[in-house]
Amino acid sequence: MSRSGKRFYAGLGGLALLLALLPLAVTNPYYLNVLNVVALNVLVVIGLNLLIGYAGHISLGHAAFFGLGAYISGILTGSYGWEPWLTLVFAAAVVAVVATIIGVPTLRLKGNYLVMATLGFNLIVSVLMVQLDDITGGPSGYSGIPSLSFFGHAIVTDQSFYWLVWGAVLVGLGLARNLVHSRVGRGLKALHESPLAAAASGVPIEAYKVKVFVVSAVYASVAGSLYAHYYGIITPKTFDIFKSVELVTMCIIGGMGSLWGGLFGAGLITPLPQLLAVVEEYKDIIFGGILLVLLIFLPQGVVGWLEGKRVRPGGRAF
Amino acid sequence: MSFGDQIAQYVVSGLTTGAVYALVALGFCLIYNATRIVNFAQGDFLSLGGLMTYTFLTGVGLPMILAFPCAVVSVALVGAMMERLAIRPAKSRQVMVLIFITIAASILMRGIFKHLWGKDALALPPLSPEVPLRVLGATLTPQNLWVLGMTLAAIVALLWFFNRTLTGKAMRATSINPSAAALMGIDANRMTMYSFGLAGGLGALAGVLITPITSLSYEVGVIMGLKGFAAAVLGGYGSFVGAILGGLVLGLIESLSAGLISSVYKDAVAFVVLLLVLFLRPGGLMGVKSGERV
Repeated sequence: MSRSGKRFYAGLGGLALLLALLPLAVTNPYYLNVLNVVALNVLVVIGLNLLIGYAGHISLGHAAFFGLGAYISGILTGSYGWEPWLTLVFAAAVVAVVATIIGVPTLRLKGNYLVMATLGFNLIVSVLMVQLDDITGGPSGYSGIPSLSFFGHAIVTDQSFYWLVWGAVLVGLGLARNLVHSRVGRGLKALHESPLAAAASGVPIEAYKVKVFVVSAVYASVAGSLYAHYYGIITPKTFDIFKSVELVTMCIIGGMGSLWGGLFGAGLITPLPQLLAVVEEYKDIIFGGILLVLLIFLPQGVVGWLEGKRVRPGGRAF
Repeated sequence: MSFGDQIAQYVVSGLTTGAVYALVALGFCLIYNATRIVNFAQGDFLSLGGLMTYTFLTGVGLPMILAFPCAVVSVALVGAMMERLAIRPAKSRQVMVLIFITIAASILMRGIFKHLWGKDALALPPLSPEVPLRVLGATLTPQNLWVLGMTLAAIVALLWFFNRTLTGKAMRATSINPSAAALMGIDANRMTMYSFGLAGGLGALAGVLITPITSLSYEVGVIMGLKGFAAAVLGGYGSFVGAILGGLVLGLIESLSAGLISSVYKDAVAFVVLLLVLFLRPGGLMGVKSGERV
């Protein structure tokens, strides 16, 4: 195994250990709930980071994929009595198809056009969630979603969901690393270095980009399904464009192009609104201000900053 | 009201909102041409324009004829300040990071607006007393005429500025080739700051014109900003003619679809049309070559 591979799996093992020990210290259900929401965001951000960091594309529509996963899972189990695990897989498959249909034409676009196309897609999905109220429950949301169960044990407590969702994060990280080091990942890396050389070496650029887009959408869908079964109720507001913006913010603050970045980004940004709830009146001002300062002075994100610290003293990395 | 009259009415209201979208889209273009970034705070300039007018009218007690220009100038200053305090000191020149700086600025600004003006909707009077006119079966209010007339005036003023004044020409030169412009002694930073100022002024103008028709609150600009962004993309991002055309087309499509089909999906229709245009013609309506396509 390569050195970076060893480092990655050591990191993954360390994270697993930390996650196993954490519930010993954190028993308050409120804090467990925050940790669970962090994990859901981390899942989406891992996928989004593949797209932003490796394919170099920004999507302001990932909350829509998150929402599609949640709504498909919720409605099929709630109104039609499907088995929750089955709908999770089914939702991911539907989202993969939707992402392909959206991805093939939009990924030929660049820059602002792609931002607009993904943003527009998110807006359309949001409007549908509100307006198709016979199916979706309209603006007040869809409730009565059954919880997941594992070998006959219903995953209803914050504690049991903690194990499930953080387990999913570990699996998600491992899969993402494999993708980055696969033929597709290497192709995208080559594309970043030199598009011309990549194309000349026969890298099917557009097909690879669509693949990464679909994979990132599936991550969001799975997180959405988990979210729906965890809370039992979903509302359109949870999946609007502001959520999309928040998710990309987590990518940037954590560190673009780093698989670990999502952990830091989601870990920092997710609890912030809750912490700032004490100063309700100034919440948005402080949140916007912190974000602004971080983006101005720490644009390479937390991971980039940590790595930069390590490199600087000797002047070069070794 | 006959069918023809109805259509005429939809066209009038479509062109009116379309003109406002065009103003917002022009703001997006100005900043794009100077920096290649999308300014997500453009919609907040619109909100602030309305809010400042409200304050100059009721708080300071100025007459409308003074409150209006005061609001536009003050928002222009806020735009320039945004460039000076948030964009220029940024450590990264990556477009993605700069775009997110404007998003953070937008969140911050909305927080400040909410704090200063409250959450509730405020009312802004129309620019002149409402005496409806009838033209070709459609009812036209003076505010409709104000919106169309002021938009036209703003476009003419911009054309004059960019073609006839030294500063305008310097700004164009910088947007075409920043390093060549710098060699000619043009201060690129200052030109970018002017672009943000102008974009702020245009946003404020849009805000003063549209808020008597819709409503005025700290977040009214969010959806208007998105529509303006859509208009700019529809027209071919960065093109002035495209921005104006994109705004009018978007306003018309929205108004006709709301009137003839259903108003429920009004906000989605604009974006469905936009996506279709992008899929079929990736450069937008005025995109001569598909330069943004990889």
